[in-house]
Amino acid sequence: MAMSREWKKENPDGSVSVRTTCWSPPGDHPVGCGMWLTVKDGKLIDVEGDEEHAITQGRLCIRALDFPEIVHSPSRIVYPMKRDPSDRGKDKWERISWDETFDLVCGKVNYFKETYGAESILVFGGTGREACIYYYPLAFSTLQTPNVCYAQSGWSCYGPRCSITDYILGAGYPEIDFAGYFEDRYDNPEFELPKYVVCWGKMPLASNGDGLFGHALIDMMKLGSKIIMIDPRITWLGAREGNMNLQIKPGTDAAIGLGIANVIVTENLQDQEWIDKWCFGWDEFKERVLQYTPELVSEVTWAPVEQIKKVARAMAEKPVSIAWGLAVDQSPNGTQVGHITIALQAITGNIDIPGGLCVGPPSSLLGKWRMETRKDLAPDLWDKRLGSSEYPALSNAMATTHPDYTLDVLETGEPYEIKMLWFNSSNLLAPTCSAAPIRWHDAFLKAEFVVVQDLVMTPTAMACGDVFLPLPTVCEHDAIVITHYGRNTVFLGAMNEALRVGETKSDVEICIEFGKRLNNAGPDGTSTWNVFEGDTRDKFVPDFFSKQTEPELGFDFDELRRIGLYQPGFTYRKYEKGLLRFDGEPGFNTVTGLVELYSTLFDAWGEDPLPYFEEPRWSPVSHPELADKYPLMMCTGAREYNTFHSEHRMFPNLRHFREYPDIEIHPDTAAAYGIQEGDWVEVENPFGRARQKATLVVTIDPRVVHTRHGWWYPEQDGEEPNLFGVWKSNINNLVPHFDIGRLGFGAPMKSVFCSIKKVDDLHGLKVKKSYDIIKDLDELVADEGVDPARVLDYHSTHRPGVAAALETQKNKPTYVADGVIPAPSGLSLEVQY
Amino acid sequence: MAYENYGLLFDYKYCSNCHTCEVACKYHLKTDLAKKPGIVVLEKGPYHLDEDDPDAWDWDYIPVPTALCDLCADRLDAGKKPSCVHHCLAFCIEYGPIDELAKRAQEIGHKVSIIRP
Repeated sequence: MAMSREWKKENPDGSVSVRTTCWSPPGDHPVGCGMWLTVKDGKLIDVEGDEEHAITQGRLCIRALDFPEIVHSPSRIVYPMKRDPSDRGKDKWERISWDETFDLVCGKVNYFKETYGAESILVFGGTGREACIYYYPLAFSTLQTPNVCYAQSGWSCYGPRCSITDYILGAGYPEIDFAGYFEDRYDNPEFELPKYVVCWGKMPLASNGDGLFGHALIDMMKLGSKIIMIDPRITWLGAREGNMNLQIKPGTDAAIGLGIANVIVTENLQDQEWIDKWCFGWDEFKERVLQYTPELVSEVTWAPVEQIKKVARAMAEKPVSIAWGLAVDQSPNGTQVGHITIALQAITGNIDIPGGLCVGPPSSLLGKWRMETRKDLAPDLWDKRLGSSEYPALSNAMATTHPDYTLDVLETGEPYEIKMLWFNSSNLLAPTCSAAPIRWHDAFLKAEFVVVQDLVMTPTAMACGDVFLPLPTVCEHDAIVITHYGRNTVFLGAMNEALRVGETKSDVEICIEFGKRLNNAGPDGTSTWNVFEGDTRDKFVPDFFSKQTEPELGFDFDELRRIGLYQPGFTYRKYEKGLLRFDGEPGFNTVTGLVELYSTLFDAWGEDPLPYFEEPRWSPVSHPELADKYPLMMCTGAREYNTFHSEHRMFPNLRHFREYPDIEIHPDTAAAYGIQEGDWVEVENPFGRARQKATLVVTIDPRVVHTRHGWWYPEQDGEEPNLFGVWKSNINNLVPHFDIGRLGFGAPMKSVFCSIKKVDDLHGLKVKKSYDIIKDLDELVADEGVDPARVLDYHSTHRPGVAAALETQKNKPTYVADGVIPAPSGLSLEVQY
Repeated sequence: MAYENYGLLFDYKYCSNCHTCEVACKYHLKTDLAKKPGIVVLEKGPYHLDEDDPDAWDWDYIPVPTALCDLCADRLDAGKKPSCVHHCLAFCIEYGPIDELAKRAQEIGHKVSIIRP
C-alpha cells in the first residue's frame, strides 16, 4: 500500500512532475490532499490528483484543480513592496529588493524593541493557513514579542474547542474516526464503521476542518454510516435518505445538547459502567440535564420533541462519532456547547473507541515546537501578554493575547501602546477573523509601522500596510502538512516545491531569515534560528524540517518526500493504557483524572461547572423591545467549495461559482418583505449593515436568514474609502465587539437578530457606527431603542478604558458577576493546539 | 472512435455539487467554464416530501455532460480515467461501455443515471 518512492519525475516532453500534499496559501486547512504538479518552462501546466494517496485517492477540490490559474494570476504580488505611511490607503506601492526589505524591517523592529519594549510589537495570524504553525514562532522567537493575536472575537475558532477539550477531557483534539490513521483505511481490522456520525454545527464536505477530509463521510455513507445533522439549515448532507436532521434556532446548541442528554438519562440509555469508571460529577450532571426536558428544549430550539428523542436514541448507540464544528466556538454559550458535546460522547461510552471519537495524544512535532519557541521570551516579557491575567481560562490554554482585549488596547493605548503590527496571513478587515471590523480598521491606522504578508493585495494590506512581503503558493515551497496542527496527527505529508514565481518567501523562510538577521538569543543564550544550516532555502528549509522529524520519527525531510504520506497508526482506548496523562497513569489528563461532566476548573474560574443554556443575547427573545424592528435571527459562515473564507475571489474560474454573496431567505419571509430571487437585500441590526443578494430556499426556517462572510470585491477600486468594497457586504459588522462568554471565549458570530429590506443594488450602503455595548450604551439606547436593562455586562471590570466610560454614562448595563479569578496554583494546563 | 459505445454513469445520490467535475473538465478541454462547459451540475429540488417529517427530502444534484464531452479519449488512451471520474470528491462517476454501465446501474440501485455524450 506504500506510495511510490519517486516524488519527482521528468516527462518525455521535458516537463517535470512533482508529488506534493496540499495546504496553503491560498487558504485551506491541513487536509493534505495528494496531487502531482507538472511544470514546463516555468509554468504550472497541470494538476492531477494522486491516486496513491491513502485518503484522497486521486480526488481534488476545485481550489486545487485551479492552481494553474492561481499560481500565475495577475492578482498576485510576487515582489516585496513598501509604501510611505502617509500614503496608506492609496495604491502607491513601490517594489523593493529583499536586502532593502530586511534592512528596513529589522531596523524598525530593533528601534521599537529598544524604545518601547518588544511588547509594543503585535503579530496577527489568520485562520487555517500554514501560517497557523509559524505566526507563533514569528512572534515569540523571531521578533521576541509575547503578543500574538488571533483577532476573532472570543477566539471563536478552534481555540475554544481545544481549551474545553483540555479542561473537560484532558486529551488532544477529538476527531471523528474516518480511519485516516491507517494505510489500509476502512479495511484495517481495528477500525469499526461509525453507525452514526453527528455533524454538529459543521458541514465537513465543504469545510474539511482541521484535516478531516470531508468527503470521507460520503465514503462511510456508502459503507453504511448514517449522518445526523444539527444545523439551523437543512443541508444536502442531512437530506440524504436515512440521515437525520435537528434543525435548530441559531445559537441554541447548548439547549439541544442538554435535551439529548435528558432523553438518554430519562430512558436510561447511558453506558453506566463507563461513566462509573471514567467520569467525574455524574450525579450533578444528571440533576442538571433532567431540568432540560424535551418539551422545554423544543420550545427554545424549535426542534420537534419527537425528533429530539429520535436523535438522542441514535446517539446513545455505539459507535457514534460527533464532528463538532465552528458553531461550537462561535457563541457566548459555546463553552457549554463544547462541554455537553464531550459529555454526550462520554456518557454513551464513545470516547476513543473504534468508530467513536478519536482523541489525540499530547501535542507533537511542529504543533509542539511552535509553542516551545516561547522559551525565547523572558518570563517578565511573557507576563505582559495582553489579557493573560484577566482571562486565565483562555491564556492558560492559548498562547495568544485575548482578542477583544487587544482591540481595546489598540483603541485606548492602555495598559501600553502598540507601535508595530505584523499581519501573517490575515485579512481581518474582510473578515472571517474579527467582529466589528470597522473598529479594527480605525485602530490599525494608529500604528507607526505595519508589515503584511500575503498572496494578493487585500483590503487590510491596502488600508494600513507599510511593507508587503509576498508569499509563495502551496505549489511553490517546501513544508510539512500536519493535520490538526499537531493536536491529533492523522498523518504527515511532504509538501514539495514544484516551481517559484517572482521573489516570494514562505512563512518558515521568513521566520528563519529574519531570525538569523535579528540574531535573537533567548534567556538561555541560544538562538532558535541560527541552527538551521545553509544560506539558501533549498538547504535551510529541509534542514529545519529534518530537525523536526528526526528526533520523534527517525527520518529526515528527504525521506518524508519519498514516503509521501506518513500515517502513524492509532491506539484506541488510550485512557485504559496510561497514554493520555503525563504521569503515565490510566485516565485522562484533567484535574480529577476523569472526564469532567462537572468541571472543577470552570468552577474555580467563576463559571458554572455544569453545562447550561443561555438565550442568544441579541435575539427577539432577549430584546423584546426590538423584536418588531429586528424580527429575524441571522446565521452566517457556511462554507462553499470555491473559496476559503475571504480568499479566492480574484480567480475567475472559482468566482464563476458565486459572483456575489447570497442571503438565504425562506420564500414566505421573502414574500412578506417584497423580496424576490436575485434582489439585493440590506441586512441590518443595531451594530451594522451589509448588502447581499437574495436566494430563496425552503431549507431554512422562515424566522432565520443565512448570510455569507468574508466578502470583498477585488475588481473594485482598492483605495480608501472603498477598499475593494470591503464594507459593502461585510456581515461581521453586525456582530458586536466584546460580547463574549464568561471565560473569554465565544462571540455571537452565528446568532444575532436582524431585519431585511430590498434595495436597488450593491452600492449606496450607509455604514453604521459600530457601537460598543458598554462604552456606547447611551447611544445604543438613544439611536436604537435598546433597553439598557437587557444589556448584560460580563466584562467591564477588566476592559481597558471602560471604567472611565461607565462613569459618565446615564444608562448602565446590568452587571453580571463574571467572577474571573486567577488560575488555581500548581496546575500546568498548557494546551498546544 | 474506440470509445463509441462508452458512457458515463452517475450515482447521483452522492453528488455533493462540489463542482470538481466541471473544473477538471475545463482544464481537460481547455475551454471557458461559463461559455463552453464540458459538464454541468443541475439541481433537482429541494422538495420537502412530508411537512411533518424533518428527514423526508428529495434534493439531488445531477451532473450532465454537454456536447463537448469527449470522454477524455486521450486520457483513456494513456491508461487513465476521464478527469471527472478521477477527481470527483464523492467518487460517484464511473465510465465504461454502456452495456456494462447498465449492469452497474442495476447493482447500485436507485438514483443513478447513464449518459452517452
